[in-house]
Amino acid sequence: MAKVPSAERTFTTISGVPVEPLYGPEDIGDLALPEPGDFPYTRGIHRSMYRGKLWTMRQFAGFATPEETNLRYHYLLEQGQNGLSVAFDLPTLMGYDADSPVAEGEVGKCGASICSLQDMEILLRGIPLGEISISMTINSPAAVIWAMYLAVAEQQGVDWARLSGTLQNDILKEYIAQKEYIFPPRPSMRLVTDTIEFGARHTPRFNPISISGYHIREAGSTAVQELAFTLRDGIEYVEWALERGLGVDEFAPRLSFFFNAHNDFFEEIAKYRASRALWATIMRDRFGAQEERSWKLRFHAQTAGCSLTWQQPFNNVVRTTLQALAAVLGGCQSLHTNSLDEAYALPSEHAVTLALRTQQVIAHESGLAAVADPLGGSYFLERLTLDTEAAARDYIRRIDEMGGMIAAIENGFPQREIADASYTYQRAVESGEKIIVGVNGFASEEHERIDILQIDRSAHDLQVEKLRRLRESRNNSRVNAALHALRRAAEGRDNTMPFLLDAVRAYATLGEICDALRDVFGSHREAALV
Amino acid sequence: MSSQPIRVLVAKPGLDGHDRGAKVIARALRDAGMEVIYTGLRQTPEMIVNAALQEDVQVIGLSILSGAHNAIVPRVMELLREKDMTDVRVIVGGTIPDQDAESMKRDGVAAVFQPGASLDGIVQFIRAGVGAKS
Repeated sequence: MAKVPSAERTFTTISGVPVEPLYGPEDIGDLALPEPGDFPYTRGIHRSMYRGKLWTMRQFAGFATPEETNLRYHYLLEQGQNGLSVAFDLPTLMGYDADSPVAEGEVGKCGASICSLQDMEILLRGIPLGEISISMTINSPAAVIWAMYLAVAEQQGVDWARLSGTLQNDILKEYIAQKEYIFPPRPSMRLVTDTIEFGARHTPRFNPISISGYHIREAGSTAVQELAFTLRDGIEYVEWALERGLGVDEFAPRLSFFFNAHNDFFEEIAKYRASRALWATIMRDRFGAQEERSWKLRFHAQTAGCSLTWQQPFNNVVRTTLQALAAVLGGCQSLHTNSLDEAYALPSEHAVTLALRTQQVIAHESGLAAVADPLGGSYFLERLTLDTEAAARDYIRRIDEMGGMIAAIENGFPQREIADASYTYQRAVESGEKIIVGVNGFASEEHERIDILQIDRSAHDLQVEKLRRLRESRNNSRVNAALHALRRAAEGRDNTMPFLLDAVRAYATLGEICDALRDVFGSHREAALV
Repeated sequence: MSSQPIRVLVAKPGLDGHDRGAKVIARALRDAGMEVIYTGLRQTPEMIVNAALQEDVQVIGLSILSGAHNAIVPRVMELLREKDMTDVRVIVGGTIPDQDAESMKRDGVAAVFQPGASLDGIVQFIRAGVGAKS
């Protein structure tokens, strides 16, 4: 049984922020609270919020082959999901083909394997790209995968100007947290800037980047660190795009964000509200953006994978529901709800359906979608929002003083802050100061068994066989010419996107393209520090 | 138990970059008085076994969250047998389904710590195991 709280016990959020027993008018003073839709958008970016348009229910999905993943997409769309979100396997995320020796054992395991334009054609078969928005969780090789997607749109006869969706393409948080990097930071930033520039010219409805706190939080950061590092990453991308010669209002409206929806209900809502106020102020005052669209922070949320427990897996449905409520009350634009079995494996079809139904129940039964920012004015929430803003602003200032996010990353600053926070939290769990139901409190002897999705080796074999046939049947001199031109472009200062498009249209593989870029840019390695 | 600190190699094999668990474990073992060598990311089984040999460790801890454990762990065990290093105890942590954990143990893995395992439990297990052997 859980311990009875003693009088001396200090109450903190899951991030360790002390919480008072009660909040009142004195905690918010004469706080001015502009309405939803008004600068700085603390209360939301739209006046009518979800009355105008519900959030997009977008379940992140992908496993094994593009053939199998395409079937899952059609299933999800039939179940009422209204946007797709592609999960790629680790070899794809790291820019290797399925037949590379380093891909051994990894093909199709944590997402779909995409090795060439041919695989992208299969992945998106029967999905009208002019109507369905597609989010792609890919970072280091994002420009290559985006080129494949744009080439499929061409084949479908869809004007690029009509395409909507999001490329994650946030390389900074890879160095900070998720560690799926290929090239060193500066050439990586050049590729990101190439996509932002290309998008500003050709895909006005597509988000070329999703500046992500999700993975920072999953790596063990606090809520404030998640918020501050993400917004500081955003500042870095803006500075690089300005340096490229773009006008801030040309690209800023298409910058999108991605946050975690973690356990601590009010702390999370405060984080989302603070994020909007901070970003609006940064864009208007630091960068001089004139258009309101440039000031508005739009975000996707995903419930916290790291909060899911292996023990008593059905409890995860309840956790996910609470986290999703926080995201909706915080004004998210799209949402992914995790499945109950994700501490074990990629989700089964049954589990992912229940996760989608969770969002549908919130949207259509709970009444939450009828009112904008229904918790606005709560003494506690408003105080927490102000404190979160102030704490994040302080981190942003410290990183500015270090010379920006790349310098901070090279010093290991955000990495160290996150590792310290995750260790502090784990110690608090170890001591019983923080309770995880079913793990260090209310544990049961019996281990509930659930059916999980298994990815066998056939995905690997099929992908390798397709690659073999592709390399035989394509025009290899055209491939070599395109890769040669890409190398020249990468060595120079041209935007690489047109060269990447030529290479993927020639059916150069992802691995071949990334190898060409590795030749020019080099590979990144981080020091192994604990 | 000998008075020499227990030496542990904490390794991240494969392409997976999720190093939160590896880093937390490395710190916890260090706080418990062990000497910990952390390999960093993207190590092949060959690199891990070579590092274990060079560093003369008693324990190898493998952290895997990518689902690639069935390719990686048997290869590490095979290399340890080839190099006559079967006295090195191998523990595995991460998202490892029960049936895979069972087959790893049959292959000589000393323990598999699944999500939610306690830090103190892991420390105790290593102390007991290495103490019993030395």
